[in-house]
Amino acid sequence: MDNLLILFEAPIFSLQLLIDGLLIGAVFALAAYGMALVWGVMKIINFAQGEFVILGGFIVWTFFKLGINPFLGIPLAAAVLFIVGWVLYQIVIVRIVEEDLFISILATFGMAILLQQLMNQIFGADVQTVDPGLDTWFLFDGAVTVLQIKVVSFFIAIILGAILAVFLKKTRLGQAIRATAQDTRAARILGVDTNKVYATTFALNAAICGAAGALVVMTWVIQPFAGLAYTIRSFMIVIVAGIGNVAGVVFAGLGLGAAENFAGFLFGAEFQAAFVFSLLVVILLYRNYKLRLKRRYLK
Amino acid sequence: MKSMGQKSVFYGVIVILSLIVPWLLPAYQTQLAFLWVMVVFALTWDVVGGQMGYNSFGNIVFFGIGMYVTAVIQRNMHFDIEEYVHVAGRVETLTPVQYLEGLFLGMGAGVVVAVVIAAGLGACILAMGMRGQYFGICTLGLGVAAGELANGWEYIGAGSGLVTPVFPDQLGQRGAFFYYIFFILAVIAFLTLRYLYAGRFGLAINAIRDDEDKAEAMGIHTTRYKIIAWCISAFFLSLVGGGAGHLIGFIDPTEVAFAGATFGVWMILMAILGGKGTLWGPVIGAVIFHITQELFWTYLFGWQRVALGALIVAIVVFFPMGIMGWMRERWPERFGHRVEEREAFSASKGGG
Repeated sequence: MDNLLILFEAPIFSLQLLIDGLLIGAVFALAAYGMALVWGVMKIINFAQGEFVILGGFIVWTFFKLGINPFLGIPLAAAVLFIVGWVLYQIVIVRIVEEDLFISILATFGMAILLQQLMNQIFGADVQTVDPGLDTWFLFDGAVTVLQIKVVSFFIAIILGAILAVFLKKTRLGQAIRATAQDTRAARILGVDTNKVYATTFALNAAICGAAGALVVMTWVIQPFAGLAYTIRSFMIVIVAGIGNVAGVVFAGLGLGAAENFAGFLFGAEFQAAFVFSLLVVILLYRNYKLRLKRRYLK
Repeated sequence: MKSMGQKSVFYGVIVILSLIVPWLLPAYQTQLAFLWVMVVFALTWDVVGGQMGYNSFGNIVFFGIGMYVTAVIQRNMHFDIEEYVHVAGRVETLTPVQYLEGLFLGMGAGVVVAVVIAAGLGACILAMGMRGQYFGICTLGLGVAAGELANGWEYIGAGSGLVTPVFPDQLGQRGAFFYYIFFILAVIAFLTLRYLYAGRFGLAINAIRDDEDKAEAMGIHTTRYKIIAWCISAFFLSLVGGGAGHLIGFIDPTEVAFAGATFGVWMILMAILGGKGTLWGPVIGAVIFHITQELFWTYLFGWQRVALGALIVAIVVFFPMGIMGWMRERWPERFGHRVEEREAFSASKGGG
């Protein structure tokens, strides 16, 4: 716990960790928002969420190699992932959308493995990143450094989330999606083409993940097998915030980003992933504990 | 229904075939040994996942624990730890007695550790009443977290893994030796489960699968049965893990020991392919899956993992009832269901 002492002796360092964590947390929140959307509308926990994120990153990376500006790559990645999501829905998800949750988790997990291996074959197993060519800010006489790209990606993530929220609120299709989430049968009776709604929702989720991946590849690194951590992060955020709680998703995402950054520093970077997955177990246990208490009150 | 005589002939043929197969196909001994590992995987997953309805994604934890405990005990008994960790390439050969001593003591210790951990986790997760998808995802988190912890723990080799001692030549061929160990384990696991499913235990865990609240209301100690089932799973998985580590010869924390994306998913898939919630289903599923997997390795080299991923999705999406489930639907009378002739007639007319 030597690192804990560092934090006490140099509080400014905590600020550095906090800023980095919050900035990356917005991207987690964006992916989690997509997961909550699919979960709420289709009652499916999409375990290929992280793979969509990584795939989005790889698409930006590919376009970057071809000489296209990575910021232009964000809409491109979203568009490509929208198509991927649509196709995957028509091939796989359409057949499991009515099945129980175990089948859908296993099927999307299988899809995740398939996507991982495809990316491994196509893009190679190396860790990749894209340099967007932005500067660094130095605060407090250089004690705190902030990469501008992290700030930019933070705001892009927030703006994308806001656009999606407005889309769901205002447009006809968005209203159909929300109606389906509330009551699928009633929506169907009232003339909503739920199959189209499902396809759009799944494709939209993939597009959001693609955009999140584009931000990840610019601020961090991507690797074909790093997807599961993003899936688990999204899942944790959704569980903590609850489905349909947009503000909760944002705060949980930012909190998770910060917590993870501190844990990575305290326990060492090699235990950061272990921290994410252990945190999942702890959160689930805590959630169960709370449910148990509630049940006891009911008695 | 098959008569007793037919049944014993059937079992006898399988056992004799299994005993001579490594000598018929000497080039495939290691793959054949892994066949029995797969059978144990599927059987033990099915105790919790199929028969009890608790779909665990993290049973691989016990496999990894058994593997690491066995390897660490083998190492600590015969080698200087410091030297072993840092000069992993230069491993002195052990005498057969030393090797077997370390292996069996290690497997014994592995079982104890795994069962204690299973009971502890059960007391945390199962006794708290976690169910359904939350149980599945929680166990998935456990599996990955265990791999990541092993990945960072210096004492057990961290990310660079742990090398098990060289197999002593005097004991014959490594593949054949472990083939028989795994064969015996698979047979014991099969017979134990057959015995358990036939009795009170089987009825209790099936009741939990069908409706846990009602089972509890009927006076079944659901928590106790759930933890016992989980421990049975851990018991056999850790034994197999201890052997598998020595067979492979190199323990990688996330690719071999806590390989959630391969073994961890395969064990679920094999049980589903064969038919979950049946005794023979996991065995059949494991055999078919393992052969397919090996064929992929041979004929689709480079793309075999992509093909496996596609196979996983295909099985789950198109064939979730499994082979046994399909047979039960096709020939219900063989499974002891009475069929009303008229119903079958009208159904076949409607279907045709």
